[in-house]
Amino acid sequence: MSTTPTAPAVAPRRLKAPAVLGGGRAAGALGKGMIGVYLSVLVLLPVAALLAKAGSGGLDAFWREVTGPQAQAAIKLTLAMSAIVVAINAVFGTLIAWVLVRDEFPGKRTVNALIDLPFALPTIVAGVVLLALYGTNSPLGIDVAFTRASIALALLFVTLPFVVRSVQPVLIEMDRSMEEAAASLGAGPVTVLRRIVLPTLTPAIVSGVALSFARAVGEFGSLVLITGNLPFKTEVGSVYVFSQIQDENLPAAAAVSVVLLAAALIVLGALTFISRWRSKHVL
Amino acid sequence: MSFSRLGLRTVALGYLALLLLAPVAMIFYRTFEHGIAPVWDAVTAPNAVHAFWLSIEIVVIAVPLNTAFGVGMALLLERGSFKGKALLSTLVDLPFAISPVVVGLALVLVYGKTGWFGDWLIGHGIQVIFSVPGMVLATAVVSLPFVVRETAPVLRELGTDAEQAAATLGAGAWLTFRRITLPAIRWGIVYGVVLTTARALGEFGAVSVVSGRIEGQTQTLPLYVQGQFENFNITGAYASAVVLALLALATLVAMNLLTRRTPARESALTTP
Repeated sequence: MSTTPTAPAVAPRRLKAPAVLGGGRAAGALGKGMIGVYLSVLVLLPVAALLAKAGSGGLDAFWREVTGPQAQAAIKLTLAMSAIVVAINAVFGTLIAWVLVRDEFPGKRTVNALIDLPFALPTIVAGVVLLALYGTNSPLGIDVAFTRASIALALLFVTLPFVVRSVQPVLIEMDRSMEEAAASLGAGPVTVLRRIVLPTLTPAIVSGVALSFARAVGEFGSLVLITGNLPFKTEVGSVYVFSQIQDENLPAAAAVSVVLLAAALIVLGALTFISRWRSKHVL
Repeated sequence: MSFSRLGLRTVALGYLALLLLAPVAMIFYRTFEHGIAPVWDAVTAPNAVHAFWLSIEIVVIAVPLNTAFGVGMALLLERGSFKGKALLSTLVDLPFAISPVVVGLALVLVYGKTGWFGDWLIGHGIQVIFSVPGMVLATAVVSLPFVVRETAPVLRELGTDAEQAAATLGAGAWLTFRRITLPAIRWGIVYGVVLTTARALGEFGAVSVVSGRIEGQTQTLPLYVQGQFENFNITGAYASAVVLALLALATLVAMNLLTRRTPARESALTTP
C-alpha cells in the first residue's frame, strides 16, 4: 500500500467530511452543545417566550389585542406602507442596478459603494439625517415630519440596498447576445426590456422585494424621530409594540409582535418556496 | 439610445442624491456650520463620552462571541451532517426577520423581572434587563447572522478536497481547521466581522427596549443621539450622529477593500 498522497481516480468532490469534524469527535460534540446553548439563550428561548406570552390568554385574548382599534390601525399602516415602499424599490432598485452595471460614468465605483450606506448607518442616524433635510427646518421647504410620507421616506432609505444588490449580480452575469439578437430581429427597446430583460431579472427583483418587505415591517429606529408616533396617524407596528412595553402591557406588545413576525416570515417563506420551486422546474 | 441612457442615469443618480447623499451631506453641513469648537464640546460632554465607551464595551463583548460561534455554526451548516440542520439554519436567520423592538421584548420576557428566568436571576443577584448584560444580549441577537452568512458560502465554495487530503495525511480536526480551512475562509470571516461590528455599534431598537435608557448609565451612542434630539439639544444630537456616520463610512471603505480581495463573492446580505 502506497503512502504517497496520490489523487484518487474519482475525486470525491461533494463528499461529507466526517473525517474532518469526526477526528475530534468529543470536541465536535462539545462545540455542537455550546452552539446549541448559545442559540437557545439568544434566539430559541426568547422567541418561545414571545409566543407563550402572546398566547397566554388564549386565542380570544390574542385576537382582542390584535384587533383593538389602535393595534389594528398600526398593523394596517405598517403593511400598507411596506407594500408601497417595496413597489417603489422594485422600480428604482432595478433602475439603479441597471445604471450601475450597464452604464459608464465617472465616480461609478463611489456610487456603487454608497448603495450600502443604509446598511452601515445606524437607523437612528438615518432618522436624524432625513429630518435635517426633510423636517421642520427643511432648507428645501419640504417638510414631511409627522406625516405618513415620512414613514415612506424612512423606509425607502433603509431598504434601498436590497433590490439593487440582488439584481446587480444577475445583470452582470446576463448574456447580452439575446438582447442583441432580439434587437437585430427588429424588437424595439421596450420589447427587449419586456420580453428578454425583465423575465430574467424577475426572480432577483422578487427576492429583493421580499427582503425589503421583511425589513420594512419591523423597522423602528429610523421612524421614531421623524414620524412623531401619532396613534391612528403615523404609529407603525414596531412603535406600537414599543409603547405597549413602556406601559408594561406585555400581552398586547407580544400579540402585535407575533403578527409582525408572521408577516415577515410568510413573505420570506414564500420567497424560499418560490426559489426552490424554480430551481426544480425551470432550470 | 444614448439619450435614453442619459435619462436613466439622471433618474437613478437623482434618486440616490435626494434619498442618500443630500441628507447625509446636510447633517455634516449643519454640524460644522458654526465651526469645530461646539462640535468638540458636544462630543466630549461626559454623557456622550460615557455613551461612546459603553457602545465600544458592548461591541467588544458581542462581536467576538458572534465571530467564534458564527464560524462554528457555518462549519456545522456546511460540513456537519445531523438532524436539525434546517432548524439551525432557521434560527440563525431569524434575527433578520424580527423587528429589533420585538427582539428586545422577547429578551425581557425571558430575562426580565417578570420573565421566565426572572426569579432565578434575582435570587442570584444578577440583573440582565436594564443593565449591560441585557444590552450585550440584544446586540448579539441582532448581529448574529452576519458572520455565519458570510462564512458559509466561502466554505461551500472551498469544497472539502484539501481538508480531506490533510485528514488522510493524519492531521487532526483542529490542525486541519487551523492550517487548511481557516486561512482559506479568513476574508469571509473578516467581512462578516465588519458587518457585525457596524450593526452592533448602530443597534437601536432592541437595546432601547432592554436598556431602560438611563443617561450616563445604560445609554449607548445611538440612544444618546435620540436622547439629545428629544431634549432639543440639536448640536449634541448632530455631533454624535456625525460620529456614528463617520464610523459607517469607515465600514463602507472596509467593505469595499474586502470585496476586492474576494472578487467572486455576492453579498450574503441580499441572499435569503
